[in-house]
Amino acid sequence: MQSKRTGFDASALAVGAICVLGLLWSIVTAAHGADALMRGQAWLIAAGFIVGLIMLVGHYGDGGLKENPREYSETIVKYGTIASMFWAVAGLLVGVIIAAQISFPNFLYFPDFPFTNFGRLRPLHTSAVIFAFGGNVLLATSFYVVQRTCRTRLVGGVWSWFVFWGYQFFIVIAATGYLIGITQSKEYAEPEWYADIWLTLVWVVYLLVFLATLAKRKEPHIYVANWFYLAFIVTIALLHVVNNLAVPVSFFGSRSYSAFAGVQDALTQWWYGHNAVGFFLTAGFLAIMYYFIPKRAERPVFSYRLSIVHFWSLIFIYIWAGPHHLHYTALPEWAQTLGMTFSIMLWMPSWGGMINGLMTLSGAWDKLRTDPVIRMLVVSVAFYGMSTFEGPVMSIRAVNSLSHYTDWTIGHVHSGALGWVGFISFGAIYCLVPWLWKRKGMFSRALIEWHFWLATLGILFYICAMWVSGILQGLWWKTYNDLGFLEYSFVDTVEAMHPFYIIRMLGGVLYLAGALIMVYNVYKTIRGEVKASEDVAHHQPAAIDQPAE
Amino acid sequence: MSFKSFIDNFHSKVIEKNSMVLTAGILAVVSIGGIIEIAPLFYLDSTIEEVEGVRPYSPLELMGRDIYIREGCYNCHSQMIRPLRDEVERYGHYSLAAESMYDHPFQWGSKRTGPDLARLGGKYSDEWHRDHMRDPRSVVPESVMPPYARLEHNPLEFEGVVGPRMAALRVVGVPYSDEMIAEAEADLRGQLDPYSDRYEVLGERYHGAPLRDFDGNPDVISELDALIAYMQILGTMVDFSTYEPEAAENLR
Repeated sequence: MQSKRTGFDASALAVGAICVLGLLWSIVTAAHGADALMRGQAWLIAAGFIVGLIMLVGHYGDGGLKENPREYSETIVKYGTIASMFWAVAGLLVGVIIAAQISFPNFLYFPDFPFTNFGRLRPLHTSAVIFAFGGNVLLATSFYVVQRTCRTRLVGGVWSWFVFWGYQFFIVIAATGYLIGITQSKEYAEPEWYADIWLTLVWVVYLLVFLATLAKRKEPHIYVANWFYLAFIVTIALLHVVNNLAVPVSFFGSRSYSAFAGVQDALTQWWYGHNAVGFFLTAGFLAIMYYFIPKRAERPVFSYRLSIVHFWSLIFIYIWAGPHHLHYTALPEWAQTLGMTFSIMLWMPSWGGMINGLMTLSGAWDKLRTDPVIRMLVVSVAFYGMSTFEGPVMSIRAVNSLSHYTDWTIGHVHSGALGWVGFISFGAIYCLVPWLWKRKGMFSRALIEWHFWLATLGILFYICAMWVSGILQGLWWKTYNDLGFLEYSFVDTVEAMHPFYIIRMLGGVLYLAGALIMVYNVYKTIRGEVKASEDVAHHQPAAIDQPAE
Repeated sequence: MSFKSFIDNFHSKVIEKNSMVLTAGILAVVSIGGIIEIAPLFYLDSTIEEVEGVRPYSPLELMGRDIYIREGCYNCHSQMIRPLRDEVERYGHYSLAAESMYDHPFQWGSKRTGPDLARLGGKYSDEWHRDHMRDPRSVVPESVMPPYARLEHNPLEFEGVVGPRMAALRVVGVPYSDEMIAEAEADLRGQLDPYSDRYEVLGERYHGAPLRDFDGNPDVISELDALIAYMQILGTMVDFSTYEPEAAENLR
């Protein structure tokens, strides 16, 4: 069967209508918006919708998207892979910048340029690495994995592109908003109401594309990676909608006020915040683990039954763990105790998953020595195990009384983010690039080794510095002298952090350097400069009716 | 049915073969924890203590709070003092749930790169705040905080803004009256002028709100005026002389 053009169908019309409606709203807002920030940003939003319309007309003026039902849809995965690397570098760079700012506050703050301030750049960093980098890795890999494990082409045509570009658009709206001062101040949910509504639309379409592809599968069973992707997509939708319930001051203004206040708002936020970790940064990336580690190691998943227990217990228990972010606060103690209990229980399913990932290497442990990509994937799972042990420890109220509000939390997050999420993503990218661009392997194995060791060293610098500074902070805050007075003023502890902030920044620089090496390596691979002797990716079937994976 | 046969029969033959069953299962399983933990907070009376004095923010304080949010202060400053000896001695009485009952959204924070601000109000003079915002290291040499020197030059954009904001807050439950919203702009100007004719009205509506020019420049209503007004009210509303932590309705 030949590939054919879809023509200008109802889907294209609907996407066009969405863009036109969005454009109308943004033009009215740019002209008559309720506040200056909104009027400024509305121009950018209008430009985005115009670009969307131009892309739509460009494709459909030419007869529509090419659809060949015998082939997997891979162009969108290529776009997602490139976007992942772009946002990885951007997000890590902002991280290094803010780490440098609090290391050298006399030189790196510019009061005449408010968008350079720490308070606006920090959400830019967290959103760029979690939602832009992590989100694109999840989009790209989920679109790849669901097709391969279902042996069917991605359903949805223009809708899958709507998800991809709509998501990038959301990132740009959120990021530029932070820089000019538009935020609702809920951590990891800073974008304002209009960006939230846009993301909700994009996300629902993502869910429908994913479900429709599952429904069309030619394999009888839904593969375990897809359970995790599905749990990630469904639960993030739920969390996002509930946590962002708010009343806008004006439908043409940037500001809104959360539907909840004080203690209820706090628990709703950390129910969201902790499960952004649980379902975005854990469930989604576990799906990557369940596909890419068996693929790369050429071994089956260690235990089918453990996968089932792992999946259901993880998603059931995770959702309760939010209150451990609010120990000793004005949150009622019964809620804190529930949150702590489930956080400790969470250790078990987390390690169940780790064991399932690591033991998949059974019979292939020698590859750790020879294949830096396998090493990256496995070290990632090891970091997962470490931070999912550290997390339950920190959720114990007594430990939390020391660790909360300190850099220890920052270190914990980064052992998960840099070690687990970062490494599993880089490993997946090193697998995907040769598959997608039909290359024999990556351009240079040595550069993968460099990436691995620089990044590992960077993580160790980072988390060790934050352990020391966090515990030191926590202890100094609580130190009394012989007369029964507090020994240290707050600013003494700020001063004591200085060397650790510099070490942390150096760790970030090393990690960023590793990511830049990856970008170069991928660039050379895509250009086709793969040497005969280099890293060999194993073959993936090209057409859908070839035998299963 | 044993666990093994459950997996062999139900999971592999039903759940793994029906994407809708799988989706429904996921939704059901992830809903339970949230419902049990969060829903009771909205109806259990014991969630928020009974105290005297907590009131909605005055229009000027509200605009200041929005600047606090805009600049991302919550990234480095908590507003939640835990009932631990060192925190109570360093910052003051531990924070009550009642103190943030009108905070949409809450500003408890999660990190203390700088100190807690829950009881900042009245701790420093307006002049100190002014210097500190211009250049934090001029008053605290070891500080790592960014300077916010522009705030005193930025005119506060409040005309046509503050009233609708209070109206939106009323929708989500903050008890602003029609008069408070209608006279928001006059109240905002009045709070900056200790000799204004709104002295008594403001005292009734926004008990304890300081009435003065905050940024040292009476000719301009600046963003710094609003921000300092907000900071000077933080943690000062509750009358702790009438608060009984051991009373039955306050035990949580």
